[in-house]
Amino acid sequence: MSSLTHKQEIPEGGYRTPDGRIIGGVLMDLKHITLRFGGVVAIKDISFDIREGEIRAIIGPNGAGKSSMLNVISGFYVPQEGEIWFRGQKRPPLKPYQVARQGVARTFQNIALFKGMTTLDNIMTGRVTKMKSNMLEQAIWWGKAEREESEHREKVEEIIDFLEIQAIRKTPVGRLPYGLQKRVELGRALAAEPDLLLLDEPMAGMNVEEKEDMSRFILDVNDEYGTTIALIEHDMGVVMDLSDRVVVMDYGKKIGDGTPDEVRNNQAVIDAYLGVVHE
Amino acid sequence: MPIWGLSMSDTFFFALEAALNGLMAGVMYSLVALGFVLIYKASGIFNYAQGVMALFAALTLVGIQNGQIPFAHVINATFGTHLSTFGWTLPSFLAILLTLGVMVLFAILVERLVLRHLVNQEPIILFMATIGLAFFLEGFGDLMWGSEIKKLDVGLPQGISETIESLTEKWFGYGFFIDRLDIIAALVAAALVISLSLFSKYTKQGRALRAVADDHQAALSVGISLRFIWVLVWSIAGFVALVAGIMWGTKSGVQFSLSLIALKALPVLMLGGFTSIPGAIVGGLIIGVGEKLFEFFVGPLVGGATENWFAYVLALVFLVFRPQGLFGEKIIERV
Ligand SMILES: Nc1ncnc2c1ncn2[C@@H]1O[C@H](COP(=O)(O)OP(=O)(O)OP(=O)(O)O)[C@@H](O)[C@H]1O
Ligand SMILES: [Mg+2]
Repeated sequence: MSSLTHKQEIPEGGYRTPDGRIIGGVLMDLKHITLRFGGVVAIKDISFDIREGEIRAIIGPNGAGKSSMLNVISGFYVPQEGEIWFRGQKRPPLKPYQVARQGVARTFQNIALFKGMTTLDNIMTGRVTKMKSNMLEQAIWWGKAEREESEHREKVEEIIDFLEIQAIRKTPVGRLPYGLQKRVELGRALAAEPDLLLLDEPMAGMNVEEKEDMSRFILDVNDEYGTTIALIEHDMGVVMDLSDRVVVMDYGKKIGDGTPDEVRNNQAVIDAYLGVVHE
Repeated sequence: MPIWGLSMSDTFFFALEAALNGLMAGVMYSLVALGFVLIYKASGIFNYAQGVMALFAALTLVGIQNGQIPFAHVINATFGTHLSTFGWTLPSFLAILLTLGVMVLFAILVERLVLRHLVNQEPIILFMATIGLAFFLEGFGDLMWGSEIKKLDVGLPQGISETIESLTEKWFGYGFFIDRLDIIAALVAAALVISLSLFSKYTKQGRALRAVADDHQAALSVGISLRFIWVLVWSIAGFVALVAGIMWGTKSGVQFSLSLIALKALPVLMLGGFTSIPGAIVGGLIIGVGEKLFEFFVGPLVGGATENWFAYVLALVFLVFRPQGLFGEKIIERV
């Protein structure tokens, strides 16, 4: 696990956070992205970047286009205009599964788990692209396949320990309460050992205690594995605590971009949020 | 309950024999239903063409095995030639393998030419597409291999098993008539179901298949290609169709009526649930046994031929009391 946080020199394009972590160069660069659904313009000419090792938040009122942005990054939506640069290379239009194979994992605002599978199986399925052996190999060399299987199991157990969900290992996830489902979904995304992790409202619908747990997990993932994280969140307190930099969207446009402090004092942002009720 | 002047024990043995034969017939229904369930689970498509796929697979197998030249009579009619065969007979194993290749090719073409263009369409549209596919494949099979009834012989044993007859005669004083082909069919079906479940549990592709069957979006997000899965599942359905085609073809010749076994799969699905593999198996067996027993006990009272409609009536009864089938997930309308 590379840990940028403990390196001393600041890489090109990087910066040092107030708490002393060091952020690297640009991992993903979004340039002039425009996304339309028929007449609705969900994203209007938005540009921003995500740097290696940082926690980047996307905020904005309901319908601002935040989820659409995440869907563009993960390949679920194809923007009509704009370019996406990933690891210094321009990305051609890709299918979601291709983006996933490039090391981008995600969770969904409305939770998309394999409801019929257990927690263990869900997280294991998160590793499907990491599994090398194909059918033929598995039929012929059981030994090799078994070794691989046990490596995957080990990694999965590590994630289960990390997220403190040992008690629900064998529970079909459809039966779990909402907060735990969100946690399993995070686990499945982590199982892919992603370079970029996209979280769409990871704390929506949670109580205070669950939110605190989730915040801690997000910080730990970022710290221990050096995973770059882009997340959407409505709870301002959480956003200010977690993120290094924040993009603010409103009606499909970017109205602010900067550190939590900068964004908090931005007049356009304050206006956009006035009169908008959030949980 | 001694009926029709038979002794109690004779009635029992006759009924048992009928039930056993029904069990074997049920295996066939299960096989066809299995093909439906696989595709339905993975893609939500009710594949009307499953029965025709079995017919096509059997036709292709006979054609390849006997070295028939594809489209021979079309070519002959167009160019006035007299082509018919390559003049070889392939070993069954090789012919089956090649036929399997054809079914995989068919799966790839279905994905390329049909499914790919209908992504996110209503299920009814996809269903209509498979009806079209069924008609196409039926005509195509005719053109390719000719429409006459063909004999299929891949070396499976056939006829009443004398061993079983004499053994049961010795043990119970009643010799059971069981067709050896039926026993083979049951064994093959069991092997097929076991290997399918091992495949889906223990291989990467099987896991991906289960993932897609459970949630498309989630499957995409972990890096699974839906197109690949569709080709895979249609290939497996093609394989299942081939197995069903071999069994039925061996039993009663390869002919159009083979594709109609799909109609028997429908009540099986209503019974077992559209999304359950064990449901397809158990449903097939229940219908197989049920229709034979019903014919045995009730048939004589109503003038026979109950096998034509028994399955559908049973399915209707089920639809009323348990619309999700025996193993299907309970349908709960959220309000
Ligand atoms: N698949 C779609 N088809 C049509 N319109 C869409 C689609 N997805 C999003 N939109 C529209 O795009 C706009 C932005 O939606 P989006 O879900 O990105 O907002 P959001 O910022 O995530 O809102 P929320 O905070 O409620 O989740 C909305 O007007 C929405 O109706
Ligand atoms: Mg959203």
